[in-house]
Amino acid sequence: MSTPRRTCLYDLHLANGGRMVDFAGWEMPLRYGPGPVAEHEACRSGAALFDVSHMGIVEISGPDAARRLEAVLPAAVSALAPGTLKYSFLLDADGGVVDDVIVTGGPGPDGPVTLVVNAGNTVEDLVHLRLHLADDLTISHRDDLALVALQGPTAADVLARFDPGPSALGFMQAGGATIGGIEVDVTRSGYTGEDGFELMVAVDEAVELVEGLLATGAVTLAGLAARDSLRLEAGLCLHGHDLDRTTTPVEAGLVWAIPPGRRRDGGFLGAEVVARRLADGPLRHRVGIRPVGRKPVRDGAELRTATGEVVGTVTSGGFGPTLGAPVAMGYVTAGHHEPGTELVADVRGTDVPVAVTALPFVPHRYYRP
Amino acid sequence: MEFPADLRYSSDHEWARRDGDRVVVGITDYAQDALGDVVYVELPAIGTATRSGSAFSEIESTKSVSDLYAPVDGRIVEVNEALTDAPELLNEDPYGRGWICVIAVEDPASLGASLDALLDAAAYRALVEG
Repeated sequence: MSTPRRTCLYDLHLANGGRMVDFAGWEMPLRYGPGPVAEHEACRSGAALFDVSHMGIVEISGPDAARRLEAVLPAAVSALAPGTLKYSFLLDADGGVVDDVIVTGGPGPDGPVTLVVNAGNTVEDLVHLRLHLADDLTISHRDDLALVALQGPTAADVLARFDPGPSALGFMQAGGATIGGIEVDVTRSGYTGEDGFELMVAVDEAVELVEGLLATGAVTLAGLAARDSLRLEAGLCLHGHDLDRTTTPVEAGLVWAIPPGRRRDGGFLGAEVVARRLADGPLRHRVGIRPVGRKPVRDGAELRTATGEVVGTVTSGGFGPTLGAPVAMGYVTAGHHEPGTELVADVRGTDVPVAVTALPFVPHRYYRP
Repeated sequence: MEFPADLRYSSDHEWARRDGDRVVVGITDYAQDALGDVVYVELPAIGTATRSGSAFSEIESTKSVSDLYAPVDGRIVEVNEALTDAPELLNEDPYGRGWICVIAVEDPASLGASLDALLDAAAYRALVEG
């Protein structure tokens, strides 16, 4: 394993009491002084700032780039209005999820179309794109940009102190803004279930941007632990845990991210498998899991029926501070996926009763004017 | 960080307070800080035998599961039931309301020696502060 990389905000994390851990090849803050629960609560009730600069920012441009990207993305990329975002995924030929991504439509048919991809998958995604797109398309990894997420019900008010622009955006829309004299690309998006924004900024201006936001006194720095509990309560998938190449979007309950026309017409890598799974129905389903009691049920725990039949596995689990209780998600075989189904999780040899639950655990509060 | 002088400490980050022939056990300020928010404490069953240096229960923070090691030989005679609904007491008051259990020793005559084998506050501070 090579030495983990550091984002341009590394020194700022240390100066603010960040406890650094190795995550997907990056040295990132797991938490700061207040701790994950306080950081989580700050995001649900105020505004929390996350450094997500470890994520990959990839731009694709060239002749007819948007339409040609549809060969590897099941989103309607060519129909995306400029500055509109969609959740999508790169699939392999078997319909397995190579990565889940956010795609932003470019200014015209030739792009650039922007993909934000998971940190640990960036290299694999670049290889995948290069392999399946012709050489006349340019694929650039924009590691000259930093990315920070400002999330929570007061995030819009915080940015409005600097620039009225971001507040006018709806969920999954992009625009520009000037925050404390620094030009940023803003999207109204995030991965916490709350209203919020992601700010893309030049690497050499990121520290000044974050310091300016922190100086409002209305923003709490939050680390990976809070980010994980927030997305889990919001029922959002983490690639490598809840999604991987052995899972198609059909089992994962992500078919909503494939527009009906693309489901019908196909034309993307993995389309045949996705169509077949849609026609036959999934053999297993991603579901929420609520443990009875307070003992957390974590990734890897086997799920059984009362009679001992193994029917699934937990893929993410931990403590949900908003619920004040453990929460988890996982996959169970069809027939055991209805909310209210009672199962047993094997937690290091101890049986923990659990109930299958609808997702999300905490309702989304995205801004849809 | 606070390491009270009247306690003994294990290198596994538990503290032990002598109370006659019994020993009250908890985790240190350093341990609670390193773990972060404690969200679950597996309270051992009354009567569980403990061996010095061996795991006898688990503590879970938001991101990890950690073993709890016994500082002395004996058996569990009391557990802090308040931790069932308020595991955060381990973070808030690790030497007080966040106590975990009481161990009764099998051989009271050797208890002094067992505790002497643990670290005093100064030695423990040196261990964790390097």
